[in-house]
Amino acid sequence: MSDTVEQPPRKSLWIRHQAIERNSIFLLLGILIVVSIGGLIEIAPLFYLRGTIEKVEGMRPYTPLELAGRNIYVREGCYLCHSQMIRALRDETERYGNYSLAAESMYDHPFQWGSKRTGPDLARVGGKYSDEWHIAHLKDPRAIVSQSVMPGYPFLAQTPLPTKAITDHLSANRKVGVPYSDDMIANAEADLKAQANPDDPNVAAFQKRYPNAQVRKFDSETATITEADALVAYLQMLGTLVDFKLYDDKANLR
Amino acid sequence: MQQTYLWLANFAQSIGMLYFIGIFLAVVVYAFWPGNRDRFEAAARLPLSED
Amino acid sequence: MDSATLKKSMTVSEMALMVIFGCLAFLCLFIAGKSDEPGYAFHAGLSAIASAAAVFFLFNRYFDRPAASPPLEINGKPNYNMAPVKFATIAALFWGVAGMTAGLWLALELAFPGLNFDQSWLNFGRLRPLHTSAVIFAFGGNVLIGTSFYVVQRTCRARLAGQLAPWFVVIGYQFFIVIAATGYLLGITQSKEYAEPEWYADLWLTVVWVAYLLVFLATIWRRKEPHIFVANWFYLAFIVTIAVLHLGNNIAVPVSLFSGKSYIVWAGVQDAMFQWWYGHNAVGFFLTAGFLAIMYYFIPKRADRPIYSYRLSIIHFWALIFIYIWAGPHHLHYTALPDWAQTLGMTFSIMLWMPSWGGMINGMMTLSGAWDKLRTDPVLRMLVVSVAFYGMATFEGPLMSVKAVNALSHYTDWTIGHVHSGALGWVAFVSFGAIYCLVPWLWNKRELYSLKLVNWHFWISTIGIVLYITAMWVSGILQGLMWRSYTALGYLEYSFIETVAAMHPFYVIRALGGGLFLAGTLIMVFNVWMTIRMREDLATADDAGTRPVLQPAE
Repeated sequence: MSDTVEQPPRKSLWIRHQAIERNSIFLLLGILIVVSIGGLIEIAPLFYLRGTIEKVEGMRPYTPLELAGRNIYVREGCYLCHSQMIRALRDETERYGNYSLAAESMYDHPFQWGSKRTGPDLARVGGKYSDEWHIAHLKDPRAIVSQSVMPGYPFLAQTPLPTKAITDHLSANRKVGVPYSDDMIANAEADLKAQANPDDPNVAAFQKRYPNAQVRKFDSETATITEADALVAYLQMLGTLVDFKLYDDKANLR
Repeated sequence: MQQTYLWLANFAQSIGMLYFIGIFLAVVVYAFWPGNRDRFEAAARLPLSED
Repeated sequence: MDSATLKKSMTVSEMALMVIFGCLAFLCLFIAGKSDEPGYAFHAGLSAIASAAAVFFLFNRYFDRPAASPPLEINGKPNYNMAPVKFATIAALFWGVAGMTAGLWLALELAFPGLNFDQSWLNFGRLRPLHTSAVIFAFGGNVLIGTSFYVVQRTCRARLAGQLAPWFVVIGYQFFIVIAATGYLLGITQSKEYAEPEWYADLWLTVVWVAYLLVFLATIWRRKEPHIFVANWFYLAFIVTIAVLHLGNNIAVPVSLFSGKSYIVWAGVQDAMFQWWYGHNAVGFFLTAGFLAIMYYFIPKRADRPIYSYRLSIIHFWALIFIYIWAGPHHLHYTALPDWAQTLGMTFSIMLWMPSWGGMINGMMTLSGAWDKLRTDPVLRMLVVSVAFYGMATFEGPLMSVKAVNALSHYTDWTIGHVHSGALGWVAFVSFGAIYCLVPWLWNKRELYSLKLVNWHFWISTIGIVLYITAMWVSGILQGLMWRSYTALGYLEYSFIETVAAMHPFYVIRALGGGLFLAGTLIMVFNVWMTIRMREDLATADDAGTRPVLQPAE
């Protein structure tokens, strides 16, 4: 191929090329704009509209032991079969209790509302069963409920809970907006141990930091703090923070 | 609650509706613009005319 | 310039990649040594090995390659780069089988819970994200990357942009899948459905995805055709929007550099909204827009007919992406999400029915004048039936987004059935059709090893789908009705566990349906394998002198 033949088409191609490049960029921008508008209008108001999250008494950040238990709940994928969101429907409120408030998951990073109920809703499971029930049920669900299809989790009671890293977990939660105080972060490891041991000298200070926190040995079969202790502590707290005898839902109509 | 609803209904029935109709009309005009006909007909055959 | 006279030198990108991967190897090794979490340390070690291997292969490739970069055109025809497409196609088959096997196992676990064996890594909760990610992102993702690299080259008549970049995309994506999948088994998850991988895997995917976008765009910039073909519009919307969704839904603060655990910045109701904005648009832009691109290229090509209405395809495109983005809140009906958002989500979900069916009609009617081919060509039949399933799933979806229907269907197996009528009937079938088309084209064969086996695959899988979705309809509606059933005295009639026990027969039927679907896929893998191994190919046929008869027109 000689240069004289190739020169003219190359030039015109170049001019066309520029226009085309612009076209694909326009297409890209068009897609971005159309897609962003929908997302922005639906999501942004949730951050500033008053009433999206109700004002309620009793909500507090998770205790270190509850947070560790929640992380086990996440790790084992419990949310795939258990919801934590009672819808405002008659049968659900009769089966599970008061419908869930947005405020009840205000410290949940991430949320655990779930999307499927292969097992029952757990939003208010706290206090419904004894610790012993939970421990035995986690170990072998069909020993307690013969028709259950839940997997067994015998390894939780055999795995000691690592306690040292919990301070970093509380700090990370504070970075994303959970109101952990300096005091709570400084005492995170001590608080974790105190909650699982009623004889611990730090129990009083712990309960002052986390009002209404339950202190006891959740897994009474083992002496050390295990993953089962943490998970049961979390389950026994679920739905117990807001006192619905005092909650005025008229004040939060939206 | 009442105010949020009214605000939303107002918004949806004015700006929202105009935005929708605007985008839809723009796309339809583009798709049916007579000058674009030949280009689109050629484009429809694009997968078939490969080497 | 003659390649023999050209002195071989390392390109800037080769050098840069070697330096980056070299540094990455050391960084990962350092993290692996310092982390207290065994799973995270394992991933860091794996990344260190992969980075070192990348440096090794980059060197190897440099010494093996010719001095000049491959020509963009040979004899005036584009010199297509199909090797990454082949790689992604094979990867898709592998992950497809893996993901469907995991799905079958999960179905069996629900029917026979003893199969969990009470082992952490085999339990339902850890295996389910493996199944969903493997079939959506590993199988579907590789089909999308492979076909998009094929379609963008053919419809732009240009060679894929970049030399290392396409390989970085396909191999980097496989590495993301390996990290995600092993992470689930080890319990590393952020629990956001369909976005479970932790922060470091998310970061890696972001890098890979940006490279993907750039390769795709740069190939479009090279094109010889004046018009950007509509399939590329859908691919572009898929790539761009998935990037936006991924970034929005995964913003998290890691506990530390030495921890695999992170906390999402969004909380509670806002996190739920972000999650389902992401989740539903993963359906809309990954599982719909991307696979519609496949429809718009492969059906015309296989049927040898132009697109029924190109104008409709343009309206379809804008209407679809415009409306889909709003539909997310229908996953949160009657929850603590404010009512206005629920209503908005429901309204748009119902409107979505129209562009969906517009697209379906466009795909179906492309066959007008060629309907007889459905009788003789099982590959085309697979493609067309996938579009029919698309129509069915996109009718069911808006129905289920109506609040009154959703009150019954939500939290039940009906949702699972709906997802699978879309995932098996539409996404998997259109992917199978595309793979059946692609394999002979890529490996220069006249036709597949056996069309008869395609026919078997089609029927076995179709029966599997029908069993699956009917079982889930019945179990879902049954369970929904049992939950809300009252006795004459006004008490709830059934305890929760009674509704679980009632599901058992349907879970067995579902597992059977899934098993059939997997069997069909295995038939396909065999067929593809035999096609690739077939002796006769077009190149040798040319040598034998059969082809030149067709050539003079050129």
